[in-house]
Amino acid sequence: MESYTIHDYDVLVIGAGGAGLRAAIAAIEQGARVGVVTKSLLGKAHTVMAEGGMAAAMGNVRPEDNWKVHFRDTLKGGGMLNNWKMVMNYTKEAPDRVRELERWGAVFDRTPDGRINQRNFGGHSYPRLAHVGDRTGLELIRTLQDHAVKMGIHAHMETTIYRLLTDAGRVVGALGFNRQTGEFLVFRAKAVVLATGGLGRIYQITSNSWECTGDGFSLASMVGADLIDMEFIQFHPTGMVWPPSVMGILVTEGVRGEGGVLKNSEGKRFMFDNVPERYKGEFAETEEEAERWLQGDRNARRPPELLTRDVVARAIRKEVNEGRGSPHGGVYLDIASRRPADYIKKKLPSMYHQFMKLGNLDITKEPMEVGPTCHYVMGGVRVDPDTQATNVPGLYAAGEVAGGLHGANRLGGNSLSDLVVFGRRAGMAAAEYAAKQSGSYQVDEAQVRAYIAEALQPFNNPQGENPFALMKELRATMQKNAGIMREEGELKAQLEILANLKKRAWNTSVSGSRAYNPGWHTALDIRLMVEISEAVVLAALARKESRGGHARLDYPDPDPTFAKINHIIRRSSDGTLTVVAEPLPEMPEELRKIAEAKDLKELSDKVGA
Amino acid sequence: MSTVTFRVFRGDRNGGELKDYTIEVQEGMVVLDAIHQIQAEQAPDLACRWNCKAGKCGSCGAEVNGKPTLMCMTRLDTLDTSKPVTVRPMKTFPVIRDLATDVKWNYEANKKIKPFTPAPNTDWIMFQEDVDRVQEFRKCIECFLCQNVCHVLREHDEKTGFIGPRLLVRTASLEMHPLDVENRLDMLKNEGGIGYCNITKCCTEVCPEHIHITDNAIIPLKERVVDEYYDPILGFFRRLFGSKKQTQAPSSGQAADD
Repeated sequence: MESYTIHDYDVLVIGAGGAGLRAAIAAIEQGARVGVVTKSLLGKAHTVMAEGGMAAAMGNVRPEDNWKVHFRDTLKGGGMLNNWKMVMNYTKEAPDRVRELERWGAVFDRTPDGRINQRNFGGHSYPRLAHVGDRTGLELIRTLQDHAVKMGIHAHMETTIYRLLTDAGRVVGALGFNRQTGEFLVFRAKAVVLATGGLGRIYQITSNSWECTGDGFSLASMVGADLIDMEFIQFHPTGMVWPPSVMGILVTEGVRGEGGVLKNSEGKRFMFDNVPERYKGEFAETEEEAERWLQGDRNARRPPELLTRDVVARAIRKEVNEGRGSPHGGVYLDIASRRPADYIKKKLPSMYHQFMKLGNLDITKEPMEVGPTCHYVMGGVRVDPDTQATNVPGLYAAGEVAGGLHGANRLGGNSLSDLVVFGRRAGMAAAEYAAKQSGSYQVDEAQVRAYIAEALQPFNNPQGENPFALMKELRATMQKNAGIMREEGELKAQLEILANLKKRAWNTSVSGSRAYNPGWHTALDIRLMVEISEAVVLAALARKESRGGHARLDYPDPDPTFAKINHIIRRSSDGTLTVVAEPLPEMPEELRKIAEAKDLKELSDKVGA
Repeated sequence: MSTVTFRVFRGDRNGGELKDYTIEVQEGMVVLDAIHQIQAEQAPDLACRWNCKAGKCGSCGAEVNGKPTLMCMTRLDTLDTSKPVTVRPMKTFPVIRDLATDVKWNYEANKKIKPFTPAPNTDWIMFQEDVDRVQEFRKCIECFLCQNVCHVLREHDEKTGFIGPRLLVRTASLEMHPLDVENRLDMLKNEGGIGYCNITKCCTEVCPEHIHITDNAIIPLKERVVDEYYDPILGFFRRLFGSKKQTQAPSSGQAADD
């Protein structure tokens, strides 16, 4: 019979990106015995790829900035579907979390007076992103990694969680396997924090690394946790489009934050024609005004290239569809004509390097070709806005896997600070919950054995399908039928495709040994990926409007009825997923005034922000 | 479209062999794309470690035609593809399987370095020119290619008394942090083994982040160690007035990773 090792923790953290490491640190500080499981090596999680910066209203560059302005910007960018309390907690705490990183050794770029510098980004009213060139994610993860090691973190590297384990309706641990050896591990834990990141790999063109297979959403949903707003997927406007092998790799929004402009094949800055009604009056209306803004004129408004990502991505798609795209199906992003070469190399070193190495292109001399790439999921596991607890006792979620903070669209820079604000909250709450658990909890051994058998099944199924081919099919069909622009016919067709793929996902074949076997890993990933794809498609079908990261060709406008609801994606006892519309939580009057302020002047007059 | 043969190491810590795979390649492909294509079409159990495919995570280090490099940043059009392209795992670390090596030693050796210890009651004001130097070191993506080529580790397997270029760079990032007050010179001299480095600069040559490992990190650290332990005049003053950096912080890093 297959053997496994047992590991006991108070709190098990699944994922070692920004949210997971911050949760682990918080739980250790509470005195909990903490284990961290990561599919990669420490310090390699997808957080490492974050480029532009972490948003926090510190007011280091513009003293007028404060949490209320950040609160309004975030809700406005999110199509007002955000959980207001999460946004409040987040915008109030983010500055402290950034300063905390500095105290743990992070070295951010500086202002002339020696404080943490902040840069402009889409949807933010003021320069707000603490950053280190264009490698902010690396700084964040390395700082947290070093601090976690200092605190005595116990990390299980290159270990995948296959299923969560429950006892009488609460989560009591997880079953995983060591990717290096193929050996199974049972984690017994009083509380589990999911910090597994996103799901970009269900799409063909994505900025996400192989790890972002949506594990956490599926694991949570399988034990009865509610998901929220899964229709909202962020397609980042600027991914590389050429050569084919690098399609989708991220080009940071920092390029536009530093003055880069978008042009079509006619040389026109098309974003001036794409300012949506709700942002009218807040952006420059002429190139001349945008130019003055770049030169530091505080009376000039921001260039429309700094509109939110959903708006910019759709505008790019429109240019390409109407025949004004670049030779490889993107548009031009030009920083070369805007900033001196030395400045570009200093502020955007990895972009320079990335295009030079992978695209044979010098961005200090020529414009880049860019197009939308799947980047982020706004939706996720539904959590309590204060504790990050899910509706399943003992299960917490933080970071991209949790839903609610970003509503229909996330502002650039709001993810890195999300990770540390809510990672900390989740770790603290999970440790507190664990400390209160007394008496015995049982891991069901028969269940563990059944899971292990099903995980090993592809080795004993010589007639099964190639898991890589199946993965390719899933990603291509999701891209085509549930991508940046959606419509009912394609979404329904995708549901049928998914029903078929779901069956086939359980009929794959792999060969070789269990040690570091990518075929086997892919065979198991695909089982979770079809589940979460279904949740995305169901929610997308239900929302008959266009808002934020969800755009419908058959319902091109926002609809006031849908402005008042979130979608909850719930699994019934027979395993089927249903979508339930739920009214948004009531926002207190005082906060509503902030959120709905017409512009910054009204915000300052009405609520003193 | 043309075809290229890749001669890839297949095996584990008990040994293995080079195996040929011929695939059709497209414009712009990198070595990692080729490995993935081989996985998807011919050898689904071919092991390789990767994450970001954009040169940011440092997971996919290997030796391509004998040259240590990140597979994701090595374009096929920079190689002679008329002959088979050889892809081997990093030599300095034990092979887990195929191209994936066991780099755990780096995480263990890292614990010898005392953590960041800021001056008490600092106002956290630091100027850009004061942090430029540290930011260079903090660009490190921990690909461990420098460890892989360092002859102290590669030829002499000195993994107990020496921490290697990566961890010397990390030590430099802490020692040269404007607000850090910890003293790591004793570690550098003893268990860090900085004296083993004879500045052949192999590490600097392979660094994908172009960190001036030898000139900017190791040599200045060597000088500090020499000043601290071997300079008779400075030693005399130090006995009179005390060392600039006090060794007051408790050691830590008792952590375990597995």
